[in-house]
Formats: sequence, structure tokens, C-alpha cells
Amino acid sequence: MSHVRNNLAASLAANAGAAASANGHRIFTEHIVGGFGDTTVLKGISLRIAHCSLTAIMGPSGCGKSTFIRCINRLHEEIPRAWVTGKIILDGQDIYGADVDPVAIRRKIGMVFQRPNPFPTFSIYDNVAAGPRLNGLRKRHALDEVVEKSLRHAALWDEVKDRLERPGTGLSGGQQQRLCIARALAVDPEILLLDEPCSALDPIGTERIEELLVQLKKEYTIIMVTHNIQQAGRIADRTVFLLLGEMVEEGSTSDVFTSPKDPRTEAFISGRFG
Amino acid sequence: MTGNVMTSPVGEMSGTRQTAVPRMRRRRVMNAGDRIFLAIIRSAALVPVLLIILFVGILIAGSMPSLRAFGLRFLFNSEWQPNAEIGEDYGALPFIYGTLFSSVMALLLAAPVGIGVAVFLNEVFTSRLRGAIAFLIEILATIPSIVFGVWAFFVLVPFVRDGIQAHVQAIFGTGFVLFRGPPLGIGLLAGTLVLAVMILPMIVSISLEAIRMVPSSYREAALGLGATRWEMIRLAVLPPARSGLIGACILALGRALGETMAVTMVIGNKNVIRWSLFEPASTISSVVASNFGEAGGDNALMLPSLTELALILFAMTLIVNLVARFLIRRFAGDKAVIA
Repeated sequence: MSHVRNNLAASLAANAGAAASANGHRIFTEHIVGGFGDTTVLKGISLRIAHCSLTAIMGPSGCGKSTFIRCINRLHEEIPRAWVTGKIILDGQDIYGADVDPVAIRRKIGMVFQRPNPFPTFSIYDNVAAGPRLNGLRKRHALDEVVEKSLRHAALWDEVKDRLERPGTGLSGGQQQRLCIARALAVDPEILLLDEPCSALDPIGTERIEELLVQLKKEYTIIMVTHNIQQAGRIADRTVFLLLGEMVEEGSTSDVFTSPKDPRTEAFISGRFG
Repeated sequence: MTGNVMTSPVGEMSGTRQTAVPRMRRRRVMNAGDRIFLAIIRSAALVPVLLIILFVGILIAGSMPSLRAFGLRFLFNSEWQPNAEIGEDYGALPFIYGTLFSSVMALLLAAPVGIGVAVFLNEVFTSRLRGAIAFLIEILATIPSIVFGVWAFFVLVPFVRDGIQAHVQAIFGTGFVLFRGPPLGIGLLAGTLVLAVMILPMIVSISLEAIRMVPSSYREAALGLGATRWEMIRLAVLPPARSGLIGACILALGRALGETMAVTMVIGNKNVIRWSLFEPASTISSVVASNFGEAGGDNALMLPSLTELALILFAMTLIVNLVARFLIRRFAGDKAVIA
């Protein structure tokens, strides 16, 4: 536990400098402890995430990366026997507050999953329009605009503009994943969570998504889980290293990769385990 | 064959030649036991095919006199005149009407309820009692038809008479054709309701299976967009499950079309076409069941006519099943893309 606190202190100090330059912080997590039934997966994660930045959360399988970002949009609690304690402050509001509706939180936070999961019976158009429709947008004209804008944002528009009425599941894996990103962007989220978005994709699909994320982080606060160390190195502004539910290290990506403070981080980055 | 050639050197290398070689020989030249076994399962596989051919053949042969005497008119005739002195005359129309009306209405009543129960059990009700309730519903499906009939006769019929018909007729009067009828309780509505109850468990259990098959990643996609539970069901549960849900409904319709005992006991068995819920009516299976014992004697065409009714019912259920296969395959096309 003590090294967690030390790391926390170190990371908070490191972040203090970044805060001024990065237009303030968007999300604070305070001692997030969570798990399933008798198992504790997260053992106290405290983190600050800056506005319009890309934070990569990396670590070996089973370290709690996915569970952690699923806590941020309160999706974790949808799993039977899941539990979580601690605070997550989003723009000054504790999303685990007593009077907070998780549905409202999820409308502010977009999420993209490990495997592309467009709604199988929906067309490309309807997939992107699903979120705006949930928010009550009905006018065809307005929907058309949102769909086009989101698909352009997700760098998919040119590939699908002639077949918007075709099923979303007819696209390639990489295109499906960009469709899922467009679907998440269509509700104009404040935060974008990505849970290993490239793990089911080939190298070309992965490259397209990475290029896209570099563009998107100018406008969105992005938190991405990855088990791909190189990916974190390529596109993340800040990198968090989790190991067995504890935050081992957190800092700017260049610092974490070039001068890790913790020997376990170094071992992970150099490929000695994980 | 190639498998044998390939494994032989491997066996040699790993020193298992002694065991590997005899087994291969046995496979190549089949021994007596295998041949007998193969012959048995081959003939077993032929049994259902032969049974169906035999079954249809006997139905057609049995209804030949009626087919010759009435031709296509049988389908559109409303008479049921088992009187050889003034001339026998039989027609299927009231029974086809009764069968279709009661089955389709029963499906319209049971499908929303059944699918609703399945959705509730899988998506909303997270208690451990869920398994117990699903089990109870399965048990409901095993209750014999006659038990439902007795229940319907003693409980449902008085309820329809005093609880529904009396109120409906008090409110709407008897001028409206749909609500006309003597205060018996016995009639189309009672038949429809007992059918609805009987097909409900089937709809629930097949729908539940279809809904369980929907990958949770779709549910998470919907929840991640900020869908409420109902919106999640609408976006991510019902559409992917639709082929299974349609299958559930159509299998239930098939069951309702052929259901005999319970319906016969409460539908009134009158060969008339009345557009009223409270008038007695008949279904194909109820008329066959209730007239079969008296068929014969002077009325030479009665038994063939009843057989032809059975043939019509067989054709109807066959059509329903073919439609089901077509729809499921069409929607399963989407499913294949998902996987």
C-alpha cells in the first residue's frame, strides 16, 4: 500500500505542472477500490486526467485496466456482484454521488469496446443515430447532420457515405470499430473511453484507429486501455501502469518510457513480463 | 484414407505401431459389428421418412371419397349434413375459420405476454429465483391438454360468462356483432383463452433461449450510450433475438392450430361462422375429435370428410412450419453476419 501512496504523491506532483498547461483537469479518481463478489480487482486507484489529452492505461492481463475504465462510466456496476468504492469527480461532480443517475453519466461519457459491437440489425446510419435518438433527436435533417459529422470525425465517412443504409456488421473489423467510435461521438460526449480498441484488429486497422485518436484528442478527453506497450508509447500523452490492481506508475508518456521510477514498470516496458 | 497413410510413420516413430496399425485395418475393412450397427442406424434414419410418407398417403387415401364427391367446394362449404336420406353434405369452412381465429387470436394474446416474461426474466429480474421461475414455466408446458380442458371448463368458462361477457355486453350492448351471443361462456373466446394459456410456456421458454443467446457486448454498447434498461432492451436485445422470437411465435401457432382436447371442451362445437367472441364455434381438431366416434354407418362420406379435415390441418401446420423456417433463415442471415 505504501508504494501506492508514494506513487500517488509523485504523480500528483508531476501532474501539478501539467495541469496549468492542459487547461485544468477533467477527471479525478480518488482511491477507487472495486471488484466482483469476494475478489478485489482494483486496490485504490487515484488519478487525475487532464482536459483534451489521451491517457493510456497499460498493464498485463488481469491487472484491472478494463474494470477501472468501466468504473468511470459506471458500467462496472452492471455486472452481477460487482462493487466499487471511492470517488470519481467529473467536472466537479462525484459521479458516485447518491443522487446521480448512472444513465445521465453514461450519456456524457462515450465508450468503445474491445470487440467492435455495432448493433447487428441496424444500418450504419441507425448505429450512429442510436445515441442521438436516445437523447430525443427525431428530425431527419438534424440526424443526417449528426451522422455525417460523427462519421467524418471517426474518419469513416468517405468509406461508407454511399451505403449508409447497409448493415453495420457488413463492414471490416477496423471499419466496424470506427463505426463504434462514430456512434460514441454522435452523442457529443465529454469523455471518450476506449477498452483495448485495437485488440481485435489487424495492423492496418490499428494504424487507422491510432491516427484517428491522435486527431480526436485535440477535442476530447480520451482514456484508453491497452495491453500494447508500443501503442501507448506512440499516441498517449500520459501513461498509467497498473499491476495487480495497483497503480505502479503514472506520468507523461515520455517519462514513463524513458525513465520509469519503478523497476516493475521498467521490467514491463522492456518486455520482461506481461 | 490419407489419415491412415499419414499416421502410420508417426506411429512407428513414437513406438505405438502395435496399437495403431490394427485399429487402422479395422477401420478400412469394416468388421461385422460395425456393419450391423451401420445397417441398424441407417434403417432407423429411414423410419421417420417412411412414417411421413405413410401418414400422408393414408390421409389422402382415406379422404378420397370426400375429395371426389366435393372437390374444392369442401373448403368453402359451411354445411355439415350427416344425413344420408336427404343427401350428405360436408364442408370445412367453419372449422378452418374457427381454427385460424382461435389460434391467431391466442398467439396475439400470448406472444406479447410470453416475450415480455422472457425479457423480464433475463434482463430485469436478477434474483436467484429466476431459475426457479423459468423451471416452473417449463413445468407448465408439460401439463396434459385434458387438465387444461378441465380447468378451462370449470374456471375459464364461468369467468368468460360472468367476468367478461356480462360486463362487455353491459357496456357495449349486444348490437355490436363482435360481442353478440348467448350468456354461455362457452365459445370462441373461451377456446382462444385456453389456447393462449397453453402456448404461453412454449413462447416463454423459446424466447428466453433466444434472448440468452444475445451477446452481452450489445447490451454494453447500449448501456454505454446512456440507454435506460428499457432502451437497452429495445436497441440491443430484441432486434438480435428476433429470429428466435419469431420462431417461438410460429412454433406456438403450430401448436395452437393442432391443439384438440382443451379447445373441444370449451369452444361449443357448432359448425357456424359468427363474427362474435361469445358464439360457439368449432375448430378442425375439435370437430374431428367429437365426431370421429359416430362416423360411419349410413353416412358413407362422413369419415372421409373428417379425414380430409385432418389432411387440411396437416397442410396448415406444414405451411406454418415452412413459413417459420423461411423467416428464421432470413433473419438468421443477419445473425451469421454478426458472428
